[in-house]
Amino acid sequence: MKKKMTGVALAAIVVLTAGCAHRRAEDLPPPPPSSMTPDQGADLGEGSVGNAVVPGSRADFLQSVSSDRVFFDTDSYTLDARARAVLDAQAQWLNAHPNVRVTIEGHCDERGTREYNLALGDRRANAVRDYLQSRGVSPARMQTISWGKERPAVDGHDENAWAQNRRAVTVVPE
Amino acid sequence: MRTRFFTVIAAAGALLGGAIAIGQTMPQPSAPTVQSPPPGAQQPAAPGADPGQLVVDVTGGRRAPMPIAIPYMPTPAATGTAAGNTDALGRQVADIIANNLRNSGLFSPIGPAGLPGVAFPQVTAPDFAAFAGTGAQALVQGFVQANGDGTLTVGCYLYDVASRGELARQGFVVQPAQWRRAAHKCSDVIYTRLTGEGPYFDTRIVYVSETGPARNRVKRLAIMDQDGANHRFLTNGQATVLTPRFAPNQQTIVYMSYENNRPRVYVYDVGSGRARPLVAEPYMTFAPQFSPDGRWIIFSMAVNGNTDIYRVPASGGRPQRLTNSPGIDDGGSFSPDGRQIVFESDRGGTQQLYVMNADGSNQRRISFGPGRYGTPAWSPRGDLIAFTRISGSFRIGVMAPDGSNERILSNGPLDEGPTWAPNGRVIMFSRGNGQIWSVDITGMAMRRVPTPLGASDPSWSPLRD
Repeated sequence: MKKKMTGVALAAIVVLTAGCAHRRAEDLPPPPPSSMTPDQGADLGEGSVGNAVVPGSRADFLQSVSSDRVFFDTDSYTLDARARAVLDAQAQWLNAHPNVRVTIEGHCDERGTREYNLALGDRRANAVRDYLQSRGVSPARMQTISWGKERPAVDGHDENAWAQNRRAVTVVPE
Repeated sequence: MRTRFFTVIAAAGALLGGAIAIGQTMPQPSAPTVQSPPPGAQQPAAPGADPGQLVVDVTGGRRAPMPIAIPYMPTPAATGTAAGNTDALGRQVADIIANNLRNSGLFSPIGPAGLPGVAFPQVTAPDFAAFAGTGAQALVQGFVQANGDGTLTVGCYLYDVASRGELARQGFVVQPAQWRRAAHKCSDVIYTRLTGEGPYFDTRIVYVSETGPARNRVKRLAIMDQDGANHRFLTNGQATVLTPRFAPNQQTIVYMSYENNRPRVYVYDVGSGRARPLVAEPYMTFAPQFSPDGRWIIFSMAVNGNTDIYRVPASGGRPQRLTNSPGIDDGGSFSPDGRQIVFESDRGGTQQLYVMNADGSNQRRISFGPGRYGTPAWSPRGDLIAFTRISGSFRIGVMAPDGSNERILSNGPLDEGPTWAPNGRVIMFSRGNGQIWSVDITGMAMRRVPTPLGASDPSWSPLRD
């Protein structure tokens, strides 16, 4: 399952992806308001000193990457091209801040049974971890947690809500 | 926690004003009434023993519920107790019995309100003529007595109105705090005698109480009697908890908690309120379930994206892996003889039900209908497996252990997670709107189970002893 890569390939990828921290937030579903992710507490003030963002902080991460999250198809844990692009940017930031440890949260929509979704969320979090590892991020820096369908990003019971809830979120400590 | 429950035929006779002789002259209960039917048996009680012609049809919908009169229960002497006055308790016990029997869907209780009053001596000598006009086929009478030692005696009598015969009698001596259990035990005597099904009213439910918005739901373990009484919380809501399940001894509950942001299975002792992690492994563990003999706990563990089913001694130890497919294997539930486990797996591409031996051997798929299948729960009677079928909506259904004779019992849209009453006759489940509901295995008697807040993940206890 894991995509093991040789050191040479990793080095090549790191070089190739350097400088590709393009922002395409407008292409993605809107992020939830801060109250939706209390663990992350998207209060950017924590990482700021005056108006400057502290390097390696959560605020720095959120400013530097196109998104802190990737999305999945129903019942899937496959990373599509868009998800890989998001994770490439995350990997670049993480490689530039090698002391930062992250938690990768796996989430599901409500259209699966509770326990199955716990396992599916675990798959999604691990798919992201494995990809970031393939981009040079040490697994020792990454912890995964599955929330199944227990922490939807948005309310609602339609395709749009489900699409935003099938996600994996990379959480940088404040 | 154990409470004395024993038959007090002689005592009941003595209490009945001395007008009725004790012991041998008291008619014995006409049949042993509280034994469970053998696995698979669904036929009504054998109507052999006179005057036991009165039986309830339990096969589903062919007959109307049996009308049964339940007048208020008198007391030989109105006495104040820790649970209230025996006079008031007599009325409440009758209300509880009527509520239980009504909820089963198999009875249509008449009264207690509006029925003729029963004088204490009439408990063993009913005024049948007074009840014949109500249309009742059966009559429940009883009494509540305060004993000198601080306990209560609840006498419970069942009569056939047409033949004017006694069908069952039993007495229960309880501490005042346990008085509702006596009412449930009496309900079980009546239910088993008239239906031939096993008892299930003297049971509890452990479940997840829910409050707050979906995006930040607060989930607490809670426990209550099957009728919603004696509700209390077991955890404070600081950590999200999921999927509690009773041990056969009812003193232990296994559940999953996000304590310290590490989702793990915990073993909770109801008496002390203490919880310990089931295993020490540094991975998510979930979907716990006890073996019927209480010696093992099976659970699922997600290791680097691959979820398999493991088992571990209930006392702790090293987990032993039972499945090894690259897919998700979880949600195991033991057969009542402990020899097999039904579980869900997506090894074939979609979530489906599989059965294996308890050691993990002989894994085979049993669900082949349209859609996906999950959350299997093996009936304590052994004859059925309840499940959630996911096909657009989520529905609760049952099938035979070989996958045949599938029947859908609920109407969704997000029904999930069935749990069995100990008699294998009633199923409780979560509904997506934060409620728990119950339904009879024939699809009758669908009703909401009362909870003070939102509710999910019910687990039905074994019959209390």
